[in-house]
Amino acid sequence: MGAAVGVTKHLNLSRSIGLSFAFLLSAPLALLLSTRPLDAGVLAEDRADALYHSYDGGGVEVTGPSILVRKGDNKNFSGTLNYYVDSISSASVDVITQGSPYSEQRTQWSGSVDYLHADTTMTAGYTYSNESDYQANTYDFSISQSMFGELTTVTLGYSRGFDDISSNVDASINESADHQNYHASLSQILTKNLLLSLNYDVITDEGFLRNPYRKVYVLDDFNDPNSLANFNTAEIYPNTRTSNAVSANFLYYLPYRAALKFGYRYYVDDWNITAHSVDLRYTHPLSNRWLVDVGARYYQQTHADFYADVFDRPDQQNFMARDKELSEFKDYTLGFGLTYSLLKKSYGFIDKATVNFRYDHVWFKYDDFSDVRAGGPPSQAPLYEFDADLMQLFASIWY
Amino acid sequence: MNVKLASQLVLPLLLLLLGGCSGVEPWVKPYQRAHLADPIMSFSRDPVSDSFHSHVYQVREGARGAEGGHGGGCGCN
Repeated sequence: MGAAVGVTKHLNLSRSIGLSFAFLLSAPLALLLSTRPLDAGVLAEDRADALYHSYDGGGVEVTGPSILVRKGDNKNFSGTLNYYVDSISSASVDVITQGSPYSEQRTQWSGSVDYLHADTTMTAGYTYSNESDYQANTYDFSISQSMFGELTTVTLGYSRGFDDISSNVDASINESADHQNYHASLSQILTKNLLLSLNYDVITDEGFLRNPYRKVYVLDDFNDPNSLANFNTAEIYPNTRTSNAVSANFLYYLPYRAALKFGYRYYVDDWNITAHSVDLRYTHPLSNRWLVDVGARYYQQTHADFYADVFDRPDQQNFMARDKELSEFKDYTLGFGLTYSLLKKSYGFIDKATVNFRYDHVWFKYDDFSDVRAGGPPSQAPLYEFDADLMQLFASIWY
Repeated sequence: MNVKLASQLVLPLLLLLLGGCSGVEPWVKPYQRAHLADPIMSFSRDPVSDSFHSHVYQVREGARGAEGGHGGGCGCN
């Protein structure tokens, strides 16, 4: 029972760890960068967004709101505040094989302030994320400089995260992990119809990086080709990780008023994961009021050095993992979005208002992670795959 | 061979860049940026939506960072 509960929370923390990384990246950099002005010489527009999001795939359901408000003084300052919730209900493949379904909630608050001086914008931000066994505090700072007649914008950023990790089943676990993210980007007007954005991130992690609940899958008898296997051995991770990611994104204005975006990212880390992702998006206004987006994305990665679907012995290696996010796999996404403008002209203090719907479908196909839900010898287990639905419904106003 | 090739290419490029810093003329004038100022020409038109999207992938994939596309460089607001 204890083991079952442990694994129940294992997946809980599995998400937590994922979220903490996401936290480091998506909160500081996404909020910091994606809400930043188009160039360093202009503050972003005042706007407010209320979003409801839903993820359903692989036995995991995640829903919740995200509220983002940006307000400036129309001179030098602009600030953002974001409230975000993930309500998680999980019966994923790991939970089914190692525990029992669980529900949990993660809440995140973040805020940032932009200060504009001439062609320079400085941004400072803070993010706090909380769930039952994981708390994360992240601080970030960036500076953007516009130059060459605003043809070019260079941004340098740094964020530092401090995470506290505990266990809901093992009170002795009280660990920490630190994260640092160095960011550099260059935005460039190439022609009167073409924009380029180059991004480079170095991320270093140090501390407790493994999942205290997850187990590796170990053969009962590696001399027997039809041996069964067990989840009795905890994962062992290195205490450090350093990764490099670089991306190039192009955005092209088509002659009949539409936009085409192409992006490519290359990733490599010292756990020996190499990844490539490519995404394509097409935006087409149907009238003054309707806007349609369609998009596709492809992602692939190699597995970490110390990952294995099945280990021969409990002490086979210094480091051992069976996290499917560290395995070799591919995923494919197809999606679309609809935007409807509610106002033909400004109304009171509201300049513009839209309602938006976005849907994406993602297929995950694993090359060395088996679906062992049926039991039996691991050598006979099929490779795991699943697909997921992503939905977003949100309203935005500009004021 | 590679080092020689690199030095032959990189040094002139660096000199060109350094020399160019003093007098770069915007080759796309502000009045030529009407298309770039269109709201559809944004790498991240809806930050709240894009943050969620990035978050979904970061949780389920090994790679992280350089999600990119944010920011832009239009200078046409």
